[in-house]
Amino acid sequence: MCCLTQSVKITSDIDSVRSEIRDNSIRVIDVRREGDYKQDHIPNAVNLPLATLLSDDSPENVLKLVNSMGIDDETPVVVYDDTFGALASRVAWTLEWIGHSNVTLLETTYSNWKSLGLENDSKTPEISNKDHSMNLQSGILATSDYLESAKTRDDVILIDNRERLNYLEQHIPGAISLPYRTLASNDKILRSKEDMARLLNNRGITGDSEIITYCGSVGTLSGLAYYALKSAGLPNAKLYVRSFKEWKNLQKPTVKQEDANYWDLSAE
Amino acid sequence: MTQSSTDIATPKINWARVEEADNFAETVKLYRQGKYDEASFRRFRLQHGAYGTRMTSDYAMVRVKLPAGEIYPKQFEKLSQLSEQYSIGSAHFSTRENIQLHWVILEDVSEIFRSLAEVGLTSREACGNSVRNVMCSPLSGVCCDEKFDSTPYALATAKFFLRNPMAQSLPRKFKFNFTCCEKHGMVRMVDVGLVPEIQQINGSEQKGFKIFLGGGLGNRSFVGHQLEDFTPEEDLLYTSIAVMRIFDRLGDRKNLARNRMRYLVNDMGWEKFQNLVFKERAIVRATQSVITRLKVDTTPNKIKRPLKISDETGSSAPDGYARWLKTNTIKQKQSDYRSVFITLEAGDVTSNQLNALATLIREFSSEGIARSGFVQNVALRYVHEDDLISLYSKLLQSGLAKSGALTMTTPVGCSGTTSCNLALTNSHRLAKEIQRKFLELHLDEDDDLTDSSIKISGCPNSCGQHGIATIGFFGGGGRLGKDMYANYQMSLGGRYDGETTLGQTCVRVPAKRVIPVILKIIELFKENKKPDDTLKSWIHRIVNDSEDSAIKSINDIKKILEPLIVPPTKDDDPDFYLDYGSDTSYHTKTGKGECAA
Repeated sequence: MCCLTQSVKITSDIDSVRSEIRDNSIRVIDVRREGDYKQDHIPNAVNLPLATLLSDDSPENVLKLVNSMGIDDETPVVVYDDTFGALASRVAWTLEWIGHSNVTLLETTYSNWKSLGLENDSKTPEISNKDHSMNLQSGILATSDYLESAKTRDDVILIDNRERLNYLEQHIPGAISLPYRTLASNDKILRSKEDMARLLNNRGITGDSEIITYCGSVGTLSGLAYYALKSAGLPNAKLYVRSFKEWKNLQKPTVKQEDANYWDLSAE
Repeated sequence: MTQSSTDIATPKINWARVEEADNFAETVKLYRQGKYDEASFRRFRLQHGAYGTRMTSDYAMVRVKLPAGEIYPKQFEKLSQLSEQYSIGSAHFSTRENIQLHWVILEDVSEIFRSLAEVGLTSREACGNSVRNVMCSPLSGVCCDEKFDSTPYALATAKFFLRNPMAQSLPRKFKFNFTCCEKHGMVRMVDVGLVPEIQQINGSEQKGFKIFLGGGLGNRSFVGHQLEDFTPEEDLLYTSIAVMRIFDRLGDRKNLARNRMRYLVNDMGWEKFQNLVFKERAIVRATQSVITRLKVDTTPNKIKRPLKISDETGSSAPDGYARWLKTNTIKQKQSDYRSVFITLEAGDVTSNQLNALATLIREFSSEGIARSGFVQNVALRYVHEDDLISLYSKLLQSGLAKSGALTMTTPVGCSGTTSCNLALTNSHRLAKEIQRKFLELHLDEDDDLTDSSIKISGCPNSCGQHGIATIGFFGGGGRLGKDMYANYQMSLGGRYDGETTLGQTCVRVPAKRVIPVILKIIELFKENKKPDDTLKSWIHRIVNDSEDSAIKSINDIKKILEPLIVPPTKDDDPDFYLDYGSDTSYHTKTGKGECAA
């Protein structure tokens, strides 16, 4: 069990995705907006705009969407976006949550795919429905109630993936700041395993802990962080999917970095 | 990535040592585990260029050195990335040609070192008791008044002292400023200031420097003294070493408030110090090995006008172009070329703008690099006259086209309460407020004001260089009954050119009255000026008691300003009691400074 999770694959490299598309042995999901998808996309990719998923992300509805994309329990799925992997991560995480284990992120963004001159087209593939089982993985989901009790434990690390200024202004007590931009490398949505492990290790984020990630509203930036942790060999991660927006709406406690006017140092 | 292979210029010197990243990461861990004591860790951290942050030990500010102010496109791109990854999405140009990343988590600092090493940059010895970034005028090499380009000497000096054992534990920090000419200045308010000079010796031209020693700004500021008429270039290193050895030996290591070299010079008296330098230099000269020398690379930079993909000649100039051209550009000694200064707000620049600057260097600078300036700014040089309209259009797209870079409307403001432990006021925001208001009033276009300056520090320690400003301010707290407000001590008549003088204190001005007070001074000047006067020359006469109009002294100005600075009651004007950028009542609050570490 332990050894399996250690070697879990998080991203798919460009070359293998291309060959698997040619073999028709994977399902590729494009999570950009419909208009962008219609213009052009990776050949044979299906479109699941994140907004469509978020409009109803109950397990039942997600299952319906998964079936309609022709995905069964055995179908390898690769997800991509054009927003540094954050939206793709949220979709991948949702698939994982309903029990689809074979899902990875394309290692790069669609823009970069195109700038490399790789194939794309505007055809929408014909998909026949499949029948996926439901096997809810509630262990990867953190709710506000769960978070509130877990936070008090010594072996739980809470990570805020919003930008630094937002974190300084307001965050969940006890959270540490790891802005989503930190997770990427020059042309990949995630750093190399070695780089990621070093970064996290410097921060004391290690496999001994349960790690919960959150961001501003819907779990995209923190979804990417969820996969970043797994890529570094830290499988014990959970996504607080409703994130800071819900936390604030519930009027739960927050803290602020006091006595400094950091906003005035920003050139925005 | 692909573009960098076509860059005209790539870094000549690699300032970085990547192994320092690992060492830093390890030391932070030991420190957090309590295995490294607080004082030693602070010293270690500062030596690596990581400064403390206001009211917290979780964060640091990483001060990246740009020796001689040089910055290459690849380096801009890397700093852009780092500002998003580890800082607040912006970076900050300092007054000493550093670029700073603020609010960095201490545990991430080593990651920044690692990335900086990819582009040859370091923050090593950017803080602490070491030789700080070696500055050079942003106009060196292009200035019409310079004798020769001192940039290679600045770089060689930086290279010699970086990580040099003799410069690791001085009594206090030590600063070198090279310039192009006396007018562009900044050489008499620093430990060692150097102006390039040429002398005819035995019928041949000899390069050398006019060297000023013992100046500096701080809680007490002093103007530097000229060492001798002419110091030949072979003696540059020997003189530098001699001065540092004297400072190392005799500088005050006990009294932390008086440990800069300027206090030593002042206490000893200039003549005695000067003689000591001559003696020490003779010893250094007589005892150094031939391998102890500056490696000055005077190979000229390649000048190649970037190819234009599309021909935009004949396109009409966008609105604001003439104003920008007048207030942001300087003709170079090389015909057909100008140096273009980018207006920033108190030195702040976004990650997108840093990326844009990299592209603009590639597209417009025929030398392929940029130079950081003396006033929290950056310059693109060797821009061909025919490309200026096109450059201006591009600057507009990046929000970098504001006018006034070379005028009084772009004040210097230290970081103040935005990040500094010692700050008493939000000097940083005040500088931005002044700039916004003055640009709105088109004061940048007023020829009478161009050679004046406004500089603001958030405390008496002078990081904002208020002492050499035409109108300078340093922050403190004022009080009416039990209510406190941000209050600035204003000084008038400071200069940093060939006649460097420190400003004379005038009145204390509440933060929310600074703008009306400056406008009032400008109004007085306009009423009383002589035909050829600038604000600077008028104020200069007043502080030197040689003005004969209605306003003859600082006291006369004081009397007129006094009604403007009377604090209202809190009920009458609650906003008066809030510092800029703050929505809660003002209180002075400071942490421990790191000057003495």
